[in-house]
Amino acid sequence: MKIRNNKAWWLVLPMFMLVAFSAIIPLMTVVNYSVQDIFDQNTAYFVGIEWYQEVLRNTRLHDALIRQFIFSFSVLAIEIPLGIMVALLIPKNANWKTSLVLILLALPLLIPWNVVGTIWQVFARADIGLFGWAINALGLNYNYTANSLDAWLTVLLMDVWHWTPLVALLCYSGLRAIPNAYYQAAQIDRASRWAVFRYIQLPRLKSVLIIAVLLRFMDSFMIYTEPFVLTGGGPGNATTFLSQSLTQMAIGQFDLGPAAAFSLIYFLIVLLVSWLFFTSLTYEQEHPDKSQVDQS
Amino acid sequence: MASITLRQLAHTYDGKTFALRDLEHVWHQGGAYALLGPSGCGKSTLLNIISGLIVPSEGEVLFDDVCVNDLSPQQRNIAQVFQFPVVYDAMSVFDNLAFPLRNMKVDKVTIKRKVTEIAGLLDLSDLLDKKAKGLSADEKQKISMGRGLVREDVSAILFDEPLTVIDPHLKWKLRRKLKEIHEKLDITMIYVTHDQLEAATFADEIALMFEGKIVQFGSPQLLFERPNHTFVGYFIGSPGMNFLEVELAQNSIVTLQSQADRTAEVEHLRRLDVQFYIQPDCMQGLIKKAQANAMTNIKLGIRPEYITLIDKPTKTSYRADVEFIEALGDHQILTILFLQTRWHIRVSEYQPCDQNEVHFELPTQHLKIFVDEYLFDPQPPTIDKKVGSTALDQDKHEN
Repeated sequence: MKIRNNKAWWLVLPMFMLVAFSAIIPLMTVVNYSVQDIFDQNTAYFVGIEWYQEVLRNTRLHDALIRQFIFSFSVLAIEIPLGIMVALLIPKNANWKTSLVLILLALPLLIPWNVVGTIWQVFARADIGLFGWAINALGLNYNYTANSLDAWLTVLLMDVWHWTPLVALLCYSGLRAIPNAYYQAAQIDRASRWAVFRYIQLPRLKSVLIIAVLLRFMDSFMIYTEPFVLTGGGPGNATTFLSQSLTQMAIGQFDLGPAAAFSLIYFLIVLLVSWLFFTSLTYEQEHPDKSQVDQS
Repeated sequence: MASITLRQLAHTYDGKTFALRDLEHVWHQGGAYALLGPSGCGKSTLLNIISGLIVPSEGEVLFDDVCVNDLSPQQRNIAQVFQFPVVYDAMSVFDNLAFPLRNMKVDKVTIKRKVTEIAGLLDLSDLLDKKAKGLSADEKQKISMGRGLVREDVSAILFDEPLTVIDPHLKWKLRRKLKEIHEKLDITMIYVTHDQLEAATFADEIALMFEGKIVQFGSPQLLFERPNHTFVGYFIGSPGMNFLEVELAQNSIVTLQSQADRTAEVEHLRRLDVQFYIQPDCMQGLIKKAQANAMTNIKLGIRPEYITLIDKPTKTSYRADVEFIEALGDHQILTILFLQTRWHIRVSEYQPCDQNEVHFELPTQHLKIFVDEYLFDPQPPTIDKKVGSTALDQDKHEN
């Protein structure tokens, strides 16, 4: 079919320009860096894919990548179920008590990220921090500045504290959107609490959960500020995540070429994993007939 | 399976206005009942109270003489179908229908058998493997109904205007299906509707609700022939009963004269009074009642079907101006202005009608008198007190 009038494409132009300046052009700059060896403003050599090869062979980065994946999946494994649980506990009817709960819940989301790091830095200190002191008082030896596992768990706990409210609020809005008739029908059908959750609430939370999973994956995969403030990546490299390695490389060592190549690979990983999540979670919607249902 | 007794039931949502007031009723085991009434009369509230979704403000709900007020819908073991389809869209049609049975831990073989049976009844067999999500409203509502019907041991099945979203041609079919299922399963079924036709085709007995009360309970025929409240007369029948405000003269029923007319030209107007002839025993009863205490609100009622048109005026005939005539296929409805009151007459399509005025007779046996909106009946037929099939049979004999 021949399209006679395609003037409408002009309407896309402003958006395209915006995206070009905000994303595509900076990205191309990075691509440009990644294929050159840069010494100073006037001295640069074209090196082809050399930096990519180097980055892919770098074992420190491999370790950081593995740490990153473990961290992100731990975050998802804790925050998603916990967020759903919290959302289920919030009362459905709107009154001042519910509003108060929602406001309290949203507070961590309003705190600047470096402040979150600072709060936990103090909060978790074994000597003067309430949390660190309490853990030690319970007889557990806890010190996040010396023990890598402690440091790692503290970063995870901080992220859970910081971001579970987001998941909870998203889920709460999803739950509120379920018409009361479904609960009534379920009562009539003698559904147990679990059946109500499994067959009514969870399926209807799916769309908000997709958003929650994607947001939490991308954010946690790119986490920088909080661990940087809390542990500075230590002890050792225990809490050095990808973004921090990248920053060290680009600004600390001024290795612009490898850093650019690395950030492109980093970007592609985020894109790939997000795509995998999205397609697997929406697969059923796209192909309603292919997902075979069990018939007892 | 149980009979359901409602005792002194009242319900208010806001603490001020009552959706139900002083409701007393018994639904017998195995009956097919309709709960008929206009929107907002409390039908759905009553249904939700029976199923346990709402706890009544006052009164008791009894299943087989056991108070179930404190029992949840799950414990009451009642099936209910709602006005708008509720399907669990993450499940297949089969799983939807099987859901109540699985919740009750019924074994797989029975589930398979029951679901297949009900799906067959509701023409859902071809859809069993499909996801419930993409189906049409019709199909979804059939699934909702199916979930109510798969359970064999329920105390009762309640339908809350279940056919609202269904196509007209399917409606009739599904109503018949429900009736068939009822005959087969011997389960008490209560069917809420605002459509008298739907009520009459489904139910053996209709409970007509008005302003939070059941004003009359009986066969469709009883409600038609002997409405015990002006509202029943008005609501049942199409068009509803004709009413005229009248008063008691010496020994007859005459038209009501406004106070002003009376003081002005009493003698003159008296002569213009229109008299009505009702059955003698009713007249006597009325006179007796009038002697005991004064009556201010007396209405005369007659069904549009029972007014006989005549060609030439006679001594006992009445005359009225015709406002308009509607031809409705097999019959026509005449809208007339009779003594400043708008009446309807229903006649066959072949009846020739004058466009300007009509003469008609009001058969004595069909003229009803309502005092304070309730039917005045000097010898209340004993059948009204009874319920069930006896009432029905007697009623049929009489007519």
